[in-house]
Amino acid sequence: MQRTVFKSRWLPYVLVAPQMVVTVLFFFWPALKSLQLSFYRVSPFGDKSTFVGLDNFTKLLADPDYYASVVSSFLFAGGVTALAVLGSLVLAGLATQKIRGLAVYRTLLLWPYGIAPAVAGIIFLFIFHPAYGILPYFLSFVTDYQFNWLLKSWVAMILVIVATAWTHLGYNIAFYIAGLLAIPASVIEAADVDGAGPIRRFTAIVFPLVSPITFYLVVLNMVFAFFESFGVIDAVTKGGPGRSTEIMVYKLYRDGFIGLNLGSSGAQSVILMAMVIALTVLQFRFAEKKVTYR
Amino acid sequence: MPETKTSWWSAGAALLLATALLLVPATPALAKTEIQFWHAMTGQLNDAVNALVKQFNESQAEYEVKPLQKGNYAETLTAAIAAYRQRQAPHIVQVFEVGTQTMMLSGAILPVYQLMKEQEIAVDWKDFIAPVVGYYSKDGNLYSMPFNSSTPILYYNKDAFQKAGLDPSKPPQTWKQVEEYSKKLIASGATKCGFSTGWPSWVQVENMHALHDQPFASKHNGFDGLDTQLLINQEFGVKHLAQLAAWQKENVFSYGGRRGDADPKFLSGECGIYMQSSALIGGFTKGASFKWGTGQLPHYGAPYKRATSIIGGATLWVMKGRPSPENRGTARFLKFVSDTNQQMWWHVTTGYLAISNSAVKNLEAGYHFKKNPDQYTAFAQLTKGTATPNSQGLRLGNFTQIRDVIEAEMENVFAGKKTAKQGLDDAVAKSNEMLKEFAAANKQ
Amino acid sequence: MSAVGATGLEQAQVRARAADAPRRERAGGGALLVHALLIACIAVVVFPLYFAFVVSTQDLKEVVQRPPRLLPSTHLVENYTEAWRKSGMGVMLFNSAVMAVTVAVGKIIISMLSAFAVVYFSFRGRMVCFWMIFVTLMLPVPVRLVSTYEVIGTLGWLNSYQGLTVPLMASATATFLFRQFYLSIPNEMAEAAQLDGAGPLRFLFRFLLPLSWANIAALFVVLFIFGWNQYLWPLMITNTEAMRTVVIGLEHLIPRSGTDLPTWNLIMAGAMMALLPPVAIIVFMQRWFVKGLVESDK
Repeated sequence: MQRTVFKSRWLPYVLVAPQMVVTVLFFFWPALKSLQLSFYRVSPFGDKSTFVGLDNFTKLLADPDYYASVVSSFLFAGGVTALAVLGSLVLAGLATQKIRGLAVYRTLLLWPYGIAPAVAGIIFLFIFHPAYGILPYFLSFVTDYQFNWLLKSWVAMILVIVATAWTHLGYNIAFYIAGLLAIPASVIEAADVDGAGPIRRFTAIVFPLVSPITFYLVVLNMVFAFFESFGVIDAVTKGGPGRSTEIMVYKLYRDGFIGLNLGSSGAQSVILMAMVIALTVLQFRFAEKKVTYR
Repeated sequence: MPETKTSWWSAGAALLLATALLLVPATPALAKTEIQFWHAMTGQLNDAVNALVKQFNESQAEYEVKPLQKGNYAETLTAAIAAYRQRQAPHIVQVFEVGTQTMMLSGAILPVYQLMKEQEIAVDWKDFIAPVVGYYSKDGNLYSMPFNSSTPILYYNKDAFQKAGLDPSKPPQTWKQVEEYSKKLIASGATKCGFSTGWPSWVQVENMHALHDQPFASKHNGFDGLDTQLLINQEFGVKHLAQLAAWQKENVFSYGGRRGDADPKFLSGECGIYMQSSALIGGFTKGASFKWGTGQLPHYGAPYKRATSIIGGATLWVMKGRPSPENRGTARFLKFVSDTNQQMWWHVTTGYLAISNSAVKNLEAGYHFKKNPDQYTAFAQLTKGTATPNSQGLRLGNFTQIRDVIEAEMENVFAGKKTAKQGLDDAVAKSNEMLKEFAAANKQ
Repeated sequence: MSAVGATGLEQAQVRARAADAPRRERAGGGALLVHALLIACIAVVVFPLYFAFVVSTQDLKEVVQRPPRLLPSTHLVENYTEAWRKSGMGVMLFNSAVMAVTVAVGKIIISMLSAFAVVYFSFRGRMVCFWMIFVTLMLPVPVRLVSTYEVIGTLGWLNSYQGLTVPLMASATATFLFRQFYLSIPNEMAEAAQLDGAGPLRFLFRFLLPLSWANIAALFVVLFIFGWNQYLWPLMITNTEAMRTVVIGLEHLIPRSGTDLPTWNLIMAGAMMALLPPVAIIVFMQRWFVKGLVESDK
């Protein structure tokens, strides 16, 4: 397919320059530096640095805390994704029934997307607070069990998962609504005539038809929860209790900036980089030629 | 070539904006010699720092100290290090006590005794109280200027004690009494829990070991060498942590989080007894809606000796690389801060310890401690016990991370995931790794 | 944000146009049930925000009261004023706004220009540029955390607006969105423009730009929210109160070292102020937001 192009010797370079400059300065150079840093042991003030080869990596791979952080990351990302994608599908399904007021409902469901995960985390922190929280208060009528997230790591994990998933519902719902509305009415009506109940209709027809959207959202939510959710952890649990919510990104930050172990932090960056690259390659294998990005 | 001017202008404007953003430099400082002072004090303490600095600035005309709040202690340290690496370090940085070893071995600081010698400013080093000097000196020379030092003490809710039938003028002095009083408090409904603690590692591990004359780490708690290892998983450490975990089950002890996260437990009346930094006296005076008092930290009694507690808080470090005229300003400010009058003012305003004997004597002469007996508790605990090698403080590298590790394992123990011995063994293993790393990175 | 395969997205785009077709309404009990379920779900979703608002209007005594009060109280004005004053909210809101708007606008401009260049020109290094931009998708902030900090330091941009915004201005997502959009514009338009004697820039501003408004609006919403809600980056780059953004400032309001008491009502007031601008943007621009994201080719 021959595209029409404009002729100019210098204009394209000028146009591309800003992006290239920022990309090289703030993406490539730091990424390479991270790579370099991972092979050194650096003193906090930067005055002494010794080449240690793969030492940082072997230490990481032998550290049970590191594996714990990998597990936490997947647990967290998985939890957020499951909750946000399923929840939004259900809500979108409800909101696209043949009823009036679709726009109003959509607005009411969409807005949490604007809330920063960290802010949502703080709100949920209060709701879950063992002393003041409204949730433990109501739960205390039902059971004697102490939902103290300061001690019980699974409560802490649920706290951050719920807060993060909450903010992401809106975005997912937008996509699902569009997808659900795009299913031709005739398909639904045909199923109606066939005598399929609403549940059957959903599982046999609707779900498969929106599965590409589901795939897209699952990947997107996973990536978001993995990389962009630092705020929730830092604002709410700070990796606790006992490191149970210390996801990989948080551990990287902690070791590098609080623990001042730049070499280990660099090594963790490199491993994360490898994971992202692997993930990206995997996605491309599964996707078709034309790809779109958020 | 675009034919209309608008296209050109828009394109040009966009590129100009981009270039402009890339070229605008950060604005430099100017005017009379500025001394940059980075600190981590928040709230009223921040106000106190500003007031103190103002006093200095107004007392002379050559130097102006500029205080900058940089976040919490860890953030301030990180910021200073990053700035140092970019050769933009401040003159003075407030670093918490756990950062002492890191700072001392960093090669980025100018030891305070050296600064004063170079600037020919006389400081009565011997006037500083022993626990403070011991913590921050090497070979008898003070490396950083003591600024805000505190030690953990015991707070108790007098109103709740009354309600529970306990004598409101008698705080518990032994752990046995703590248990007893807690149970009475709970039984009478005066409080929901017996006691809680702030800064779990600092209070319940570091200070308890010191108070009971138990070593926290080998090599004289790290003072004698970098090849040190933790000893908190010995008999005493396990005994105390196991006891806390057992009490946690009965609500005698209620874990409330790290740092000061548990403060609300005491302030809200949920717990009747609380162990936290003496620096909270000011905050509690303002915020508590009940009568409260202080006492020294509880002790197990025989067979353990009663030593002293160790200090916490922070000191002021001087960063290398500044020209001598600026160092002079720094020196003068540090001298100002450590002067008797300023010490007294700082102590009265913030509740932090007065760190020179003269200041303490003056305060005593003014009946300050008689009028404010709570302020004396901390001081007494630090200086009136028997100082032993185990109670002089800790000097460990990577101490921030180590404290983190200890507190994480404590949480595991309180949650019932590990036994006290297991948790402490794991903590020791991980911490020893970090100590080894530190030693390797700072081979001398 | 990372690379995502999105065939489903494309199909949704095609089908979304069908969404405009009118639908027969469901009558009777079925509709009532759906409404009821929806309202219940929305109540659950909205509750945390409602509760945060309620707390932000209470005073401390009411906050710790048991059972918790669920209706707004009367201390709204004093709480918000106190929270504003105590945390320097004005400065922080300004910083967040500067960051969000600059990042959004900057990203849109830079990406638009790059996409235009890559699609409408054939120049040496075109594919190299394309792949370089693509690779950035695989380098989210955490991966280059420590070293980017050093780069910013070297440039002297620590604790400055440049440091806050410029590094976030080049990411591939917006570029690829524009690229895909441009690729979907029929060839004939460009040919016609060339025949007319219009240069590339004129074509860009006179033809492509007007067509892209929906895209740009949607992108603006997404990028504004992205910029406003940034946490890790401002946390690293700024360390004085004067430069803090509102999301970080809020975290610092939570007392973690006990000389300040936990004033949850003020914290919630702060949270409300922090989330109001981006939520307002979504509410007001939601139509473009949904449309532009889902229907990126016309």
